[in-house]
Parts: sequence; C-alpha cells; structure tokens
Amino acid sequence: MIDVKNLSKSFGDHLVLDDLTEHISEGEKVVIIGPSGSGKSTFLRCLNLLEIPSAGSITFDGVEITDPKVDINAVRRQMGMVFQHFNLFPNMTVRKNITLAPVRTKLMTQQEADDIATTLLRRVGLEDKADAYPNQVSGGQKQRIAIVRALAMKPKLMLFDEPTSALDPEMVGEVLEVMKELARDGMTMVVVTHEMGFAREVATRVLFMDEGKVLEQGPPSAVFGNPQCDRLQSFLAKVL
Amino acid sequence: MDLAQLYDQWKALMVAGEELPFYQNFFVKFYQAFIENDRWLQYLEGAGRTLLITAMALAIGIVLGILVSLVRTAHDQQRPGRRKNPILGVINAVCKVYVTVIRGTPMMVQLLIMGLVIFSSSRNYAAVGALTLGINSGAYVAEIIRGGLMSLDPGQAEAGRSLGLTYVDTMRFIVVPQAFKAILPALGNEFIILLKDTSLVAMIGGKELLYAVQGIYGRTWEQMFPLMGAACIYLVLVMIFSWLQGKLERRLRQSDRR
Repeated sequence: MIDVKNLSKSFGDHLVLDDLTEHISEGEKVVIIGPSGSGKSTFLRCLNLLEIPSAGSITFDGVEITDPKVDINAVRRQMGMVFQHFNLFPNMTVRKNITLAPVRTKLMTQQEADDIATTLLRRVGLEDKADAYPNQVSGGQKQRIAIVRALAMKPKLMLFDEPTSALDPEMVGEVLEVMKELARDGMTMVVVTHEMGFAREVATRVLFMDEGKVLEQGPPSAVFGNPQCDRLQSFLAKVL
Repeated sequence: MDLAQLYDQWKALMVAGEELPFYQNFFVKFYQAFIENDRWLQYLEGAGRTLLITAMALAIGIVLGILVSLVRTAHDQQRPGRRKNPILGVINAVCKVYVTVIRGTPMMVQLLIMGLVIFSSSRNYAAVGALTLGINSGAYVAEIIRGGLMSLDPGQAEAGRSLGLTYVDTMRFIVVPQAFKAILPALGNEFIILLKDTSLVAMIGGKELLYAVQGIYGRTWEQMFPLMGAACIYLVLVMIFSWLQGKLERRLRQSDRR
C-alpha cells in the first residue's frame, strides 16, 4: 500500500531521517517506537507530505506522491491523520469539525456527512457532543472526535502521531479503546506512540527507530520479547 | 429673555472692554462658538465628512492590507523544496517596500507629499487625504493581518490540509475566521487611530471636522470652545466605536464557552 524508498529528511544541517526504505501493506498495524528526536513523527508526517522529504520517494496505492505534479489534496483525502494536540477547529461545533472536509471536497452532501458524523460519534460514545464546541469537551473526548473527523473521510489508511501523549493518564484508555476497535475492523494503521501495551496488543509489526533509522523491526513478541540490538534493549529497559 | 439678545448685550459689554463675571464670559464664548449663525451645523457637517473620509480610508486600507498580507503569507508559506514562484517573489518584494516606506515615514509628511506634490493639481483635497490615509493604514493593517495569520497554531492549517482540504478552503474556513478573532482588538485600535488621523487632512485643505473648527475660530478669534467641541466629538465617535467593537468581540467569543 505504501512504499517508501530511500527517504531522507533534513531540517537545515540536521539529518532527521536517514535513507529509510520501508513497505507497509494493506491491513497492517505498524507501531513505531523510539526515543524522542529519533524521527518517528517526521517519518509519519512525510507519509502524507506534511513534511516534504529532502530525498527519496513515497508511493501510495501505485501513485508516487512525492512527484510535485501529483494532486496532494486528493492523496491526503485517502489518509486520515490524528495529531498529538488534536488540532480540532475551535471555531466550529464538533459536527462541523467532522463534516467540513467531506462536504467541501464533494465526497458527500451535507446530509450524508451529518449522518456519518452522527453514526461515528455514536460509535465512540459522543453523540451528545455534536453541537458542543471543542473547548467544551475533555482531552480524551477531543481526541476521539479527532479520530472521528479523520474517519469521516473514509480513509484507506490512518496515521496516528502520538495520539495519547497530550492526554491526562486517566483519559488514555478511552482513546486507545477506539483505536483498538478500529484495528479490529481491519483499518490499516501507522501509529507513533509511547504506549508499549498498545503496541504489544495491536501491532502486527513494531518498528524501533533511532537517529533517523529503523534499527530493528518485527512482530511485537520478537521486538519486546527478544530485542536484538543494544539500543533497543536499553530503550525497553527504560520504558517498560 | 431671548438668548440671542442676551448674547448681543453681553458681547457689547465685552467688546467695550468690561471685565465680565465667569458665567457671562462662558456664555458669550459658548454662544459664539456653537450657536451664533447656526455654527453647530458646521461641526455636524465636519463630523460627517470626517466619518466619510474615515470610511473611505478604511475601505482602501483593508483592501490593501488584505492583498499585501495574502501575498506576504503566501510567499512565506510556499512548499519548501519546490522552486519558488518568481512572480510572487517580485510582488512580495514590492509589498515589503510598501510596508517599510509607509511605516518608516510620518503620516504628516506623506499627506503633504500627496497633497502638495503628487496631487498638487487636484482640488479634491478630502479625497486625496482619504487616499493617503488609506494607503497608510493599509501597511499597518497588512502587518496586523499577517501577525494574526502567523500567530495561529500551525497545527490548525495542518489538520485542514491533512483532511484533503485545499489551501484556499483551509484559509477560508479554519485559519481566517480564527485569525480574524485574534486580530480584532488590533484592527479596532487601527481604526481608532485612523479616525483621529483624519484631522491631519485639514493641513492639506481637506474639509472635515478640524477644518470646520479652524474656519470658525478664524472668524471669531476664540480658539478654546471650537477646539474643545472638536475634541468632544472625536471622543464620542471613538467611544461609540469602541462599544461596537466590544459587542462584536463578545459575539465572536461564543465558541470559547467552557
């Protein structure tokens, strides 16, 4: 589904991603772990070109999206993204947050979008918040709404950029629960997270990144149960 | 007793060189400044012209400000890695020069240059004044808008773009409404400054409130009351506007309810 070839990204002189080559197939749940500054988020943000790669190519569903001629908006419509700081639009109601993109991109009519918003909000237990403004709901609720907003576009792939890092500990569970359900429904997911429990339970593959490279990867049982490289061993010793 | 008769009587005493008690002195000067020959009409007319000049300058300033700030932000936010648009680069440079020159020179000097040099053959001084104020205001408005657009959390635009919205839609529905709310106090401030700066237009002969006041004290040789009158009118206009602005801000704060 996604083919990443020789991807590099640098900010000025600072090399953040160093010649990454990776393939993500449909239905996979890839969890990326690693210390801060290892390039996990940058890698994720390159996948929908929120960061423009300095070198290399990314192909999504047979389309090389790093080609400047590609309509990047059309590509992004097929990839949902969930941010660490939710990034809900505070000037609109929750319903409008969810329906704006599907309606404006002519994916559906306002009526269809409203129906989808209601259905999805019910699924995450927030149907009563449809007419509230984002500042009126809690952090965990915001993140669940942000997930719904991304899902309303019916994406083929969901990107999660540390979705629980900005949450109070007691709200982490409700967001992870929604993500697990999404995983069970067969969504292809790429998740950057520090929630090792979630990685163990949901991931089909875990990538360990450090200094812009994937140092080790494999099924969670292998990565967590039998880590090979020193860097991963010391990282796991600290976080587990 | 008729006020006009009283005025004539006391005025005659004053002209004769008699030392009048305070209230008589006050009455004579007040009457002379505002009531004699229906002068209050000139203040009203002047205030009306001031508002008209303000409105014209504001319209020019906002249009210019929006255009310049759009060019400046569009230029600064071009996708890195791609070749920069050369036309945009040139327009951006022009906009930068405009903002630098206008903000770097005094309003009074700009007015005199426009009135006495560039449009020296024009008799429509008020329109020249309005144009100058508009061009001046545009530079400040542009920086206010640009500041508002830049101050918004980049995550907002990223969220919009990540949903597949176009740049224009992201600006229109997400960035601009929020930026507008953020810059409203600064814009209101700019408007108030503009309203008061219209008084400078009198210096190039544009008819407005201060021009009318100067005409009145030129005839009566009594400056205090006409000038105080003008000050009060400016003050009242600004207070009315501040009140309206406060109302608008409270309405836009609707989504901040917690």
